[in-house]
Amino acid sequence: MSDTAYSNDRPEVLRQGGEGSAGDFFELLKPRVMSLVIFTALVGIALAPGGIHPVIGFTALLCIAVGAGASGALNMWYDADIDAKMARTANRPIPSGRVAPQEAAVFGSILSVFSVMTMGVLVNWVAAALLAFTIFFYVAVYTMWLKRRTPQNIVIGGAAGAFPPMIGWAAVTGSVSLESLVLFLIIFMWTPPHFWALALFRSGDYEKVGVPMMPVVAGERETRRQIMIYSVLLVPVTLLPGLMGFAGALYTGATALLGFVFLALAFRVWRAEPGLRQDKAAKGLFAYSIVYLFLVFSLLLVERLLGL
Amino acid sequence: MQDDDNERHKIEAPVWTEEQIKKRRQRNLAIAWTLAGFILLFFVVTIVKLGGNVANRPM
Repeated sequence: MSDTAYSNDRPEVLRQGGEGSAGDFFELLKPRVMSLVIFTALVGIALAPGGIHPVIGFTALLCIAVGAGASGALNMWYDADIDAKMARTANRPIPSGRVAPQEAAVFGSILSVFSVMTMGVLVNWVAAALLAFTIFFYVAVYTMWLKRRTPQNIVIGGAAGAFPPMIGWAAVTGSVSLESLVLFLIIFMWTPPHFWALALFRSGDYEKVGVPMMPVVAGERETRRQIMIYSVLLVPVTLLPGLMGFAGALYTGATALLGFVFLALAFRVWRAEPGLRQDKAAKGLFAYSIVYLFLVFSLLLVERLLGL
Repeated sequence: MQDDDNERHKIEAPVWTEEQIKKRRQRNLAIAWTLAGFILLFFVVTIVKLGGNVANRPM
């Protein structure tokens, strides 16, 4: 027995690191979340007035993607204790022992610094500052501070996911404008119904690890009511681009239709009886919410590309 | 006594398995490619930003 005995019964080499493959480190970047971030940031870049050289635009997207990935890695490092106890996350690189916590922390920190500095040097410092703030917001404000303390965690934490189109816009214009704020608001308002729908049929997992998700703390009835409220707020916000003149009739018409379906599904969740019917309604809304956000941003992009 | 102390403070060299060596090589290659891409990105952006002025410097 040496002086450095560990109480943990994992093999020592796992705690020291050196076990993970390149793919395990890539998984730390939460590639699926990253793809949505890249897409919404691309829409921000495409909509911003003035245009940008494709190489600089690509660089901005790369920095946003790496910055988002870095915050994902830092989130996984901080949340490894609860990830290990939830079925959905138990096989992530840290709880499964493939990557040591300190490796993930260093990996995430280095990528954060490099993404922000590269954005500043090669694109502009307004976009870099917004990217730095987004990483700080997701890691410190959401992951470390709010996630385990308040059922409003995802409302405020959702802001971190709403910043990418704003950063994309700032990469082109070097500023923050009302239009980019509207793109931010669309994702910000979309996040609560999206995540609470998930939480309605996954609340057991969150309850087990003590994360105060809305259904756990305030009950399913209140969660269903809040989903309805945020959905009612979301739909008019998605119509703002048309009213403000940076989206056309195609966007406005299609988004109104998509919003109507969103409201109908949210209403079904609101009125559902607890139990299987509620789970079914929540799953329906959750699945549709992903398609919905993708389509709303696609419409903005398509209109701009077609010059409508 | 001296021997005991030596034994206590001895640092064990890690023993790497074939699998670990393979993964380490894979990680190192990923880092190498990333760094090469990073350098290339800075080079290309510099050319884009300077444009025709790349060659324009006083002798």
